[in-house]
Amino acid sequence: MSSEQALGAAVLRSDRFRLEREADWIRLEAIVTRMEKGKARRLSDEDVLALPTLYRTLLSSLSIARENSLDAGLIDYLEGLALRSYFLVYGTQTSLGRWLGSFFGGGWSRAVRAIRLDISIALFVMIAGTAIGYILVAGDSDWFYALVPGNFSDVRVPGASEQALRGTLFGGQDEDGLGVFAAFLFSNNAQVAILAFALGFAFAIPSILLLIHNMALLGAMLWVFAQRGLTVDFVAWLSIHGTTELFAILLAGAAGIHVGRSIAFPGARSHLKAASDAGKRAALVMAGVVFMLICAGLLEGFARQLIDNTAGRFAVGGGMLLLWLIYFIGFGRDRARPGA
Amino acid sequence: MSDSSAVDPWIRRSANPKLDRILITPEGVPLHVTVAAASARAGALALDIAIIMGLIILVSLGGVLLLWAFGIAFDGALENASGPLQLLAVLWIICVFLFRNAYFLYFELGDRAATWGKRAVGIRVAARDGGRLTAEAVIARNIVRDIELFLPLVFLTSGEASGTMTDLTAWAGFFWVLMFLLFPLFNRDRLRGGDVIAGTWVIQNVKKNLGDIVAPAATETMPDGAAPVARYQFSDADLSVYGEYELQTLENVLRTGQQASLEKVAASICQKIGWEPGSGDERAFLEAYYTALRARLERSMRFGKRRKDKHSAPE
Repeated sequence: MSSEQALGAAVLRSDRFRLEREADWIRLEAIVTRMEKGKARRLSDEDVLALPTLYRTLLSSLSIARENSLDAGLIDYLEGLALRSYFLVYGTQTSLGRWLGSFFGGGWSRAVRAIRLDISIALFVMIAGTAIGYILVAGDSDWFYALVPGNFSDVRVPGASEQALRGTLFGGQDEDGLGVFAAFLFSNNAQVAILAFALGFAFAIPSILLLIHNMALLGAMLWVFAQRGLTVDFVAWLSIHGTTELFAILLAGAAGIHVGRSIAFPGARSHLKAASDAGKRAALVMAGVVFMLICAGLLEGFARQLIDNTAGRFAVGGGMLLLWLIYFIGFGRDRARPGA
Repeated sequence: MSDSSAVDPWIRRSANPKLDRILITPEGVPLHVTVAAASARAGALALDIAIIMGLIILVSLGGVLLLWAFGIAFDGALENASGPLQLLAVLWIICVFLFRNAYFLYFELGDRAATWGKRAVGIRVAARDGGRLTAEAVIARNIVRDIELFLPLVFLTSGEASGTMTDLTAWAGFFWVLMFLLFPLFNRDRLRGGDVIAGTWVIQNVKKNLGDIVAPAATETMPDGAAPVARYQFSDADLSVYGEYELQTLENVLRTGQQASLEKVAASICQKIGWEPGSGDERAFLEAYYTALRARLERSMRFGKRRKDKHSAPE
């Protein structure tokens, strides 16, 4: 009788619980370890199918162990394994490639449509910025030097002759290094757009200031060319890449404003929740902005220098604008899902 | 879910309890996670920057080598080879842009949600609400990195170079950009601006091995047929002096198995319960005591009564 008692006391119920289940845990650990090492493709189908089941079994084991076992090492192990397999079961289930597919297939245009209010605000700010730049320089041409940084205003300054200004707009075909220039412009513009978005984090005010400043520069430049009757030619020169580039900057600024607005006025949600909801939507728009800027850089580097007449430039610029508008307004509507 | 209050009375020993959080899985099971310390984040970032710089240098070296090869192929007439030169320059600019922006994206979208730097220090990105970590979230948190990291750098270098700023505005601007850089130090969850925007946080990886049964001697039998621990019989009073905290300490001692600490703990237990400490048989004694104590505590646990440590009232 005493030996029976001893055995009953010796083998703890919680240890028996562990011994009955540890084979499953060890199998799960092996699967998880292989997946973490990036060898997921070498797993057998059986193992892949077993992962969610084993994970849920493990969670229930953990819940039971927490209520029944005082083996701290065991519970630590179960917690750690549960967390590791949780990350695999609920990990990012897209690869970069598959995500790109769904992104261009409508995810991007839906995100853009979702922030149309912010786009209107950004558009208003940009138009106002251009007008401010134009009016300031028209009133006192010294403003030009305050608005435009030195490296832009080589010959394009107030009082420049029509000949000199026309020279900057036309006749750049034989320029060397167009490709390098385009790549540089893209890299530069992309960082500006990213800045316009990222600054939205500070309640959107820096984003708005950045938009006004950049557009005032444009307004000032517009005045210089308008003084010599070159408005149409200048707009054509600008539009060939500008419709894409300014659109991209508009979207970037709007994304920044969207995030800033959500942080400032979260509504019924908590500040953090509102910020992350808006941030994820805006991030989609931003990924598209980078793509648009690549297009703009190519247009600016190649098409602008290669197409040397006003009508052709308007055609390319207008065509690009039309293309973007069709994509953003019409694309991905039928498959609109809630929460996408 | 980020809640620092424990959901169960389980005693958890961690290096920095301030960084412990509870994450609720979609199945509703709370899991303990530890937020990555600011020092670990900084270390991972430094490693990543070093890796990116290394990649850029490698690509540049490769470009120089290619140029050199061209030089040999065209017999030194490099001025005639402006086409390939341009192509190389374009490729270089694109590579640098990709390294700077896509490096983080690519690795954080992978199964381990961590860049090489983060893997090296053992941390990873996760969704704060316990849900799936989405591609949008990873993109959002990395786009904001630009103002947090590169803006202060650019600001410093440009302010220094142009020298147009007065000291006061330069300092004011510097502190403003520094605010983004030091943002993680000013909140409990060590979130940086990008984490706030993306709804993510960075937590520590855990990797624990399944240890052996703490007191294996309890299940073995001696050649004479009796379990070795059966030689020790503890009364109720002997077992009621300790709680779960002491049980865990004992478990640690048994798992590490150092003779010196075994002797010390055996002696102090004997003193506490008024036994005469024997010698040479500490391990068997401790395993027997551990098993008996755990059986007793677990029994009352099943009835919903838990005893945290020796200072709390016995059940």
